[in-house]
Amino acid sequence: MRPPASFVTDDLGSFDSTLPAFLLPILRRDGGEAARHAVETLPDELRGLMQLALAVPDREETRGNHEKTHHIGRIGNITLAAWGAFLALSEFLGETLCSLGRLLTGRARFRTRDFLITLQQCGADALPIVSLISFLIGMIMAFVGNVQLANFGASIYIADLVAIAMVRELGVMMTAIILSGRTGAAFAAQLGSMNANEEIDALRSFGFNPFDFLVLPRVLALLVMMPILTVYANIVGILGGMFVGTAVGIPPALYWHGTLDSINLLTSSLGVFKSFFFGAVIALSGCMQGMNSGGSSAAVGRATTRAVVISITAIIILDSAFAAIFTVLDI
Amino acid sequence: MSAAAVTSESDPRISVRGLTMAYGSFVVMRDLDFDIMPRDIFVIMGGSGCGKSTLMRHLIGLREPAAGTIEYDGRDFTNADPAARAEMIRRFGVMYQSGALWSSLTLAENIALPLEEHTRLPAATIREIVAYKLALVGLSGFEDYYPSEISGGMNKRAGIARAMALDPDILFLDEPGAGLDPLSSRRLDDLILRLRDALGSTIVIVTHELASIFAVANNSVFLDTNTRTLGATGDPVNLREHAEAPVVRDFLNRGESGGDD
Ligand SMILES: Nc1ncnc2c1ncn2[C@@H]1O[C@H](COP(=O)(O)OP(=O)(O)OP(=O)(O)O)[C@@H](O)[C@H]1O
Ligand SMILES: [Mg+2]
Repeated sequence: MRPPASFVTDDLGSFDSTLPAFLLPILRRDGGEAARHAVETLPDELRGLMQLALAVPDREETRGNHEKTHHIGRIGNITLAAWGAFLALSEFLGETLCSLGRLLTGRARFRTRDFLITLQQCGADALPIVSLISFLIGMIMAFVGNVQLANFGASIYIADLVAIAMVRELGVMMTAIILSGRTGAAFAAQLGSMNANEEIDALRSFGFNPFDFLVLPRVLALLVMMPILTVYANIVGILGGMFVGTAVGIPPALYWHGTLDSINLLTSSLGVFKSFFFGAVIALSGCMQGMNSGGSSAAVGRATTRAVVISITAIIILDSAFAAIFTVLDI
Repeated sequence: MSAAAVTSESDPRISVRGLTMAYGSFVVMRDLDFDIMPRDIFVIMGGSGCGKSTLMRHLIGLREPAAGTIEYDGRDFTNADPAARAEMIRRFGVMYQSGALWSSLTLAENIALPLEEHTRLPAATIREIVAYKLALVGLSGFEDYYPSEISGGMNKRAGIARAMALDPDILFLDEPGAGLDPLSSRRLDDLILRLRDALGSTIVIVTHELASIFAVANNSVFLDTNTRTLGATGDPVNLREHAEAPVVRDFLNRGESGGDD
């Protein structure tokens, strides 16, 4: 135990905040009477500052909240956090299902205008980017395919290649990834900042169910828009392939025939079928991250990132599962 | 619009019994006991960060007590079933510390939304009510502004207008005066007194503006940060001179010893 501090300040010149910052832990360590005594030995201007800094005692138990944990403790914390995340997910899905139930029995209320605006934001407003990306993807497929197929003099088959790839996989996949980044992130950011601003609490205390009011219109809007955008992306992608096909000397009519021959109603509905699931995943992860985000702008940023990462990961995993199922079913 | 108050004037409108509030393992306040009577203008006071907003969030059911109960008109609110709870919540009007206006709606739509949801009034009447409520808080003419287009103090006032939208039996205001200039703050005190007198509302205010505490409150609790529990209850004018705990007297005299009038 060191003796209580006292200070000799005869040669003290001018000083900035580093000096009081250096003194504060020393005085805190002594505490109580000893600290008060030590402060008395300081020159006037410094004494005033130290008395202010010491006026409210350091609250140990508030510190405990942000304590650094040991490695093993951290593993425990991660496990607990994972369990917490699982509980939050179940709760969120449960609430959304209840909300859907209320919608089906006509008891859920939300503003039709919100639904229409969301439709526009995630549908019509996404058309330019969906067009661009799908057209380019179609072109790339055709180019890459042609490099190989031309070796065998089978360039005409790029029509089949592009059509099947777009309709089964790429159209829906690209749309889903675009909407994750565009719409899923927007949902998380909107709901997250509403959360930070206590707007969701305000909805609750005015007797609105935030799930009916905020989550439902967003989920519905994506369920409506994803299939439509997927069909649109398929068509634009095929047009992109046709553009390249024409450039390498396949007549458009022939290309068109090749396309129609290669796909049928069943294959072209596979992508649309998947699009419902992907749409639900995007909307739910965006809304869930937003609704559960903490109360600060940093938390909103985290929620947005997480919404995008989770939905893209989930979409890829789901798509693999679908690929396996379709292979087993031989479609 | 207000639900008929079936209880007599001498029964408490809100009773808080043994309330302990915690975030996880961090106990904010413990063992709070107090009553709020009908037509009270009741002030929750205490230092910054002592748990005033937290107490308000418990009173309106946004957080569950770690221990203890809250009753409205003698009916248990904490353990009520969802339907009964929703009915009780319908009688509240709440203004949050941040204003918490719905940012995607204009001021008029913010105030109209609860009216559209909970009443069958025709659109024209709703528009008139909205204009009247905005006029009460000095925001006439701002109907079509979005919350992001008006100042912080104006957001607060619009939040008060929205809280009053349904003529609530019980009005909760979290720091209504913070961020207002002295004249607006004074107008707000007038408004609160008049609302109580005209509608018979019970008003619960979180504030640390001494001037408005003495101007409007007839009852109060003081939350003591150091002991983590109730410092005092009673009429603040009375507490200023006669509170047992020195912290309460200090608080009400801005730390200047003794009475200052
Ligand atoms: N979401 C939360 N999670 C954990 N702790 C919280 C949370 N919100 C508040 N707290 C803690 O609870 C305590 C009380 O906070 P509260 O917001 O109720 O204070 P207040 O009395 O309203 O303060 P002010 O006068 O500054 O508004 C603070 O110490 C704060 O650290
Ligand atoms: Mg507060």
